[in-house]
Amino acid sequence: MIFQSIKMAVDSILSNKMRSFLTMLGMIIGVMSLVVLVSIVNGATSSVTDSISQIGTNMLTVQILDDKGEPFTLDEVMGLSEKESVSATAPFSQGSATAKYGSTTENITLYGTTGSYYDIEGLSLARGRFLKNTDVKNSTYVAVINSATAENLFERSNVVGEIMSIDGYHFTIIGVLEEEESTIGNTSDRLEAYIPYTALSKIMGSSRQITSFYVSSADGNSMDMVEQEMTMYLYQRLGDTDSFSIVNSSAVMETMSSVTDTMKLMLGGIAAISLLVGGIGIMNIMLVSVTERTREIGIRKAIGARKQTILVQFLIEALLVSVTGCLVGIGLSALTIFIINNVASSLSASMSLDIVLISIGFSMIIGVVFGIYPAYKAANMRPIEALRHDT
Amino acid sequence: MENSRYMIEMDNICKTYEIGDEIVKALDHASLQIAEGEFVSIIGPSGSGKSTLMNVIGCLDVADEGEYYLDGLSIKEYSEDDLAFVRNEKIGFVFQNFNLLSKLSAKENVELPLIYQKIQKKEREERVLAALERVNLVKRKEHRPMELSGGQQQRVAIARALVTKPSLILADEPTGNLDTKTGEEIMRLFHELHEQGNTIVLITHDESVADQAERKIRILDGKVTEVAPFESGVNNV
Repeated sequence: MIFQSIKMAVDSILSNKMRSFLTMLGMIIGVMSLVVLVSIVNGATSSVTDSISQIGTNMLTVQILDDKGEPFTLDEVMGLSEKESVSATAPFSQGSATAKYGSTTENITLYGTTGSYYDIEGLSLARGRFLKNTDVKNSTYVAVINSATAENLFERSNVVGEIMSIDGYHFTIIGVLEEEESTIGNTSDRLEAYIPYTALSKIMGSSRQITSFYVSSADGNSMDMVEQEMTMYLYQRLGDTDSFSIVNSSAVMETMSSVTDTMKLMLGGIAAISLLVGGIGIMNIMLVSVTERTREIGIRKAIGARKQTILVQFLIEALLVSVTGCLVGIGLSALTIFIINNVASSLSASMSLDIVLISIGFSMIIGVVFGIYPAYKAANMRPIEALRHDT
Repeated sequence: MENSRYMIEMDNICKTYEIGDEIVKALDHASLQIAEGEFVSIIGPSGSGKSTLMNVIGCLDVADEGEYYLDGLSIKEYSEDDLAFVRNEKIGFVFQNFNLLSKLSAKENVELPLIYQKIQKKEREERVLAALERVNLVKRKEHRPMELSGGQQQRVAIARALVTKPSLILADEPTGNLDTKTGEEIMRLFHELHEQGNTIVLITHDESVADQAERKIRILDGKVTEVAPFESGVNNV
């Protein structure tokens, strides 16, 4: 019986191809907007969270905006790691310089820091070693470079022991980071070198006072505690909260994910409205179809079709239109997402099974909800009146 | 009355319609009996109430007053679905304008009542073929109604009426849309079906068609005005 109803529904859909297609188009566009928009938000979410987790999610970035005439010294910052909740601290400053090896010259970003930076950032070395505290204490001219710098400057990766010139100072290369290990952002082709904090202030001619540093927590889950402890310390040290800023990247991550969740919900909601409009289209065309087929309904009833039989037949037809539209929409969404990922470099989209299942479920609900009234109308026609109907 | 000896027994059936402010008495205390295996024609001019009578006999409509027994069962309290069941199981309809489903082939049209009876595919196919054979249309079973002549369409409709082995074949002006020659063919078919034991009720306004039945029931202004007696003398209204 169900098979017969499906066959009848397919026949009826195929007998009015253009009309069926236009009705489905509403569902196709609705499903496409739902799937594509949510997938784009998904893509954006994962690229943002990737970036954040690359910076590191179990650390704080502390910036001193006003030291009130009492600058932070290296010893003071390093001493903060004695605190209970703190695992390590690393001062951090940044500058750009010209690096030279042989006849090759490149602009590089210089990071001045200490040995603990390695653990805080979760870097990994391909060769050699990272900075040590003695390097910092003695302001040794040693550098750890990333693989892009090695490739661009030396055209090879095994460069430990080589000497390169940074702004005219000779630095011995003690280590090379693994490929795609970049601290900030995900531009792995950026040329970077890590040198002792003290060496950077020396060659840049800047003071040794520290204006920014990283703090990692002893336990990944206690970021809020570290933040509290640091805030308390800095407040006592500086007297107000405007003189420093603390960025908790795990908090940033949480905020980001709540923002993208809201966005997903909002865009999904807007797209769902277009699906609803598609559903109204289905209802409209089903009502037309019921009127057109009044005589057919009369004949079917005369020869013994029960109410339920007619109801199921028209309901299946509405469901078939909505679900077919949905499946076509999902197919076209996959194609669109493929194109987005391969053509638009600034956008990335990822289609999740969740949203596919949600859109199928939603389309089915729409098919039933908007199909039930026309089907009910058809099922409740009186056979003699339906038979008398002129077509 | 559960064990009526009649296939159809109507007792003082009344049916009124409201058309605007006017109340039309389509059936006014109509009574009649038809026995199993009879070939009866119901004749009356247009507006006499014969269509209403056919709708009531065919369980397409229910009477406002009076009793109607079909095959010994009163259908007074039947729900719409019960009536659909009765139409499906007990009545085979043949309409003036054939009333075939245009999107289905001859075979599928004949199959439809069996689908509603939830009969298995294999048995359905056998019975459809037998019914089409009965009306001599097996060769055209895959054709759609549009591809068939009027006479052929009416034969498909008769096959559809026969396929459920109904107690009663109810034909409403079955020759009305056909030329004389084709009409005669269809009437011959009815005679053959009658000879095979089917109960046939034929509704018409055409005296020459009505004359071909065993017995005539005349209706005028919603009243049964003339009933030819049963050969056996059962009826004496």
